Amino acid sequence: MIRDITIGQYYQTDSVIHKLDPRVKLAGTVIFLISLFLGRSIPLYAAGGLFLAAVIKTSKVPFRFIVKGLKAVVFVLVFSAVFNLFLTQGTVLVRIWKLTITWEGLVTALYMVIRLMMLIIGSSLLTLTTTPNNLTDGLEKALGFLKIFRLPVHEVAMMMAIALRFIPLLIEETDKIMKAQTARGADFEHGNLIQKAKAMVPLLVPLFISAFRRANDLAMAMEARCYRGGTGRTKMKPLKYKKQDLIAYLVLFGYLAVMIVIRNVLPVF
Amino acid sequence: MARLDIVKTKGLSFDYIRRDEEGNVDGIVNALQNVNLSIEQGDFVAVLGHNGSGKSTFAKHLNSLLIPTEGCVWVDGMDTTDEDKLWDVRQTAGMVFQNPDNQIIGSIVEEDVGFGPENMGVPTEEIWKRVEAALKAVGMYEFRTASPNRLSGGQKQRVAIAGIVAMKPKCIVLDEPTAMLDPNGRKEVIRTLHGLNKQENVTVILITHYMDEVVDADRVIVMDGGKVVMDGTPREIFSRVEKLKELRLDVPQVTQVAYELKKNGIPGMDGVLTIEELVNAICQ
Amino acid sequence: MSIIADKISHIYDRGSGNETYALKNVSFAIEDGEFIGLIGHTGSGKSTLIQHLNGLVRATEGTVYYNGQDIYDPEYNMKELRRHVGLVFQYPEHQLFETEIFKDVCFGPLNLGLSEKDAQFRAFDALRQVGLEENLYYQSPFDLSGGQKRRVAIAGVLAMKPDVLILDEPTAGLDPKGRDEILDYIAKLHEETGITIILVSHSMEDVAKYVSRIMVMNRGELLYDDTPKNVFTHYQELEEVGLAAPQVTYLMAELRKRGVNVPLNVTTVEEAAKEILKVMK
Repeated sequence: MIRDITIGQYYQTDSVIHKLDPRVKLAGTVIFLISLFLGRSIPLYAAGGLFLAAVIKTSKVPFRFIVKGLKAVVFVLVFSAVFNLFLTQGTVLVRIWKLTITWEGLVTALYMVIRLMMLIIGSSLLTLTTTPNNLTDGLEKALGFLKIFRLPVHEVAMMMAIALRFIPLLIEETDKIMKAQTARGADFEHGNLIQKAKAMVPLLVPLFISAFRRANDLAMAMEARCYRGGTGRTKMKPLKYKKQDLIAYLVLFGYLAVMIVIRNVLPVF
Repeated sequence: MARLDIVKTKGLSFDYIRRDEEGNVDGIVNALQNVNLSIEQGDFVAVLGHNGSGKSTFAKHLNSLLIPTEGCVWVDGMDTTDEDKLWDVRQTAGMVFQNPDNQIIGSIVEEDVGFGPENMGVPTEEIWKRVEAALKAVGMYEFRTASPNRLSGGQKQRVAIAGIVAMKPKCIVLDEPTAMLDPNGRKEVIRTLHGLNKQENVTVILITHYMDEVVDADRVIVMDGGKVVMDGTPREIFSRVEKLKELRLDVPQVTQVAYELKKNGIPGMDGVLTIEELVNAICQ
Repeated sequence: MSIIADKISHIYDRGSGNETYALKNVSFAIEDGEFIGLIGHTGSGKSTLIQHLNGLVRATEGTVYYNGQDIYDPEYNMKELRRHVGLVFQYPEHQLFETEIFKDVCFGPLNLGLSEKDAQFRAFDALRQVGLEENLYYQSPFDLSGGQKRRVAIAGVLAMKPDVLILDEPTAGLDPKGRDEILDYIAKLHEETGITIILVSHSMEDVAKYVSRIMVMNRGELLYDDTPKNVFTHYQELEEVGLAAPQVTYLMAELRKRGVNVPLNVTTVEEAAKEILKVMK
């Protein structure tokens, strides 16, 4: 299960979406997120879903691969659904023992799950189609204005890039340590919360040590390759807007406009 | 004509200071003791020794990652303690480390190789040229858009080497680059290094504990207890089987067989390095 | 008979169209007290295979029997199996977590539900078996050298008193001195206790000296399963799958090509020297 986490992973393929400027994709993600919070109605979500489906199709990332990433957050989905299902006041549909399911609860839960799923898929699409370096270049450029406030934008961006690159390695490592401790009779699955928390110690200590060792090695390797922060650095792939990026911006704002129109014109369900 | 010394050390000593939990000095480890070496530009030099022999500490001095406690290190004539020359030293003597996973920064092969030149402030167009040339030199050009996580250990290490080559160093220092690789990966890496040495005339300083990797080197330096204990051509080094065994270093099996034969009075068995040599010596 | 693998396969991404076989129809039987070398290059399936033997990974087809019992039987006690089949992973020192060596070694026995005292007895025994100096027992494992740390980690599994000990690349990343020490301790352990040992490696030379049987894995399949001498006669095929026989095997083969009548099935330096001397005199 731990291997199923696809958050932050990059999916290598050749598509228009992959070639877009990361700033466009960042803006796109933000716009998509905003559009999901415009309101709650079937036409609105249908339009959002349609847009998302179209983007997935153009990105050439297999739907299966994206769904695999959802598996890791199933718990969050179920949790919020159940929460809404039982705790919303309104017209009672069913009553089981002390729990009541209301019509409003059912609707809210459904909307919640759909919105969350679209949210997660939408934002994972950003990392799936953008290499971490590219993404952080985009962030660095987009947030560059913060430098005036003496915020270390380059450093933060670099840290993000490195974190994204090391996530898969650390996940693999967690899996390995877990197996090794299981072979020594450790039990990560059974017991109450306290026992489970205790069982994490043999997992977390080696994981931290390994993370620090990697960090140490990496720092040395970066220094050996003349890394000295953002000043004086050139770019292998400098960001330049191309025609396709302008078109993408137009599409994005068009989408947002359509969503606002839907929200205001079509009835809220 | 005498060639230039790319690396020169004089009276190089280095002490690690061990501290206890309160930060008091607990003990001093003399990792290097009075090392005097000159390495010529264009040579393929192997530095042998087991863990704790000081070979890695020595390597880190060539890149200014460590500064001598006593004595001096010059890289291409530059004193490694000179702070103004720090980045020039690191550019001249590129360094490759043991664990390929922990030195690859980029998420795409070509982006990783471009990292060094980017830091050096090389113009964009030139970076692309260098990356292409470096990847071709290590035979990884076809993987330029792959994710390093999908490569084998040997391939990853070749990418790491390309990352250094793209900085156009005169000298590459490799600190046990094959220790974590399988036999195939090790062969790939060693072959790549010999290619770089011959075609690009890059000085290679290979730190290792695998004897079979040093057979084709121009020169072998053996370290033990922070000192240089042997220094010569592979043939000279390998003819002293007893001494190598005493240092608990491996000796290639053919050399060992030759040594056994020599002990039994068979002539012509000194410093045999390859199967071919031994077969020729026996069939004479 | 202790372990039987009956046509086990392990398939990733089943039914997705791009199925990959990590293991393909592997069958073998391992008797009590054997000392086996399991050889294959990275990605050959050898690491996956050993994780099947103590139930960490489940075969998608076929089954594993331990002492005659099907380990995939719903009634079967997997935790008990892991006690009997000890598995030391690659770079096991990376799993050490306690502040004291001794405590770390006690972790396994305590997980088995042993009393504090019994666990300590076992930890003591295990540390002695891997030859760690007694004055180190109560130090932090992180102060040790690489080779010592690894021996502590091996002791951590030994303390569970397994009947079968599987070691995944126990010498990876060590220098020749550390490597020889570990292999010698493992050989001694086999001699003294008679437990079954499976040594996973990609180095034929390391393994040839010690084991009595070699299993070669390639692309998830069991390519050879025989004595070292017999396996190395296939040195050309081994080469094709990215493995190498010991250097002396090639030496003997070259000599034979030049008409020197030496046997091919030689695995150690001493044997090779003896055979060459025989024909030269």
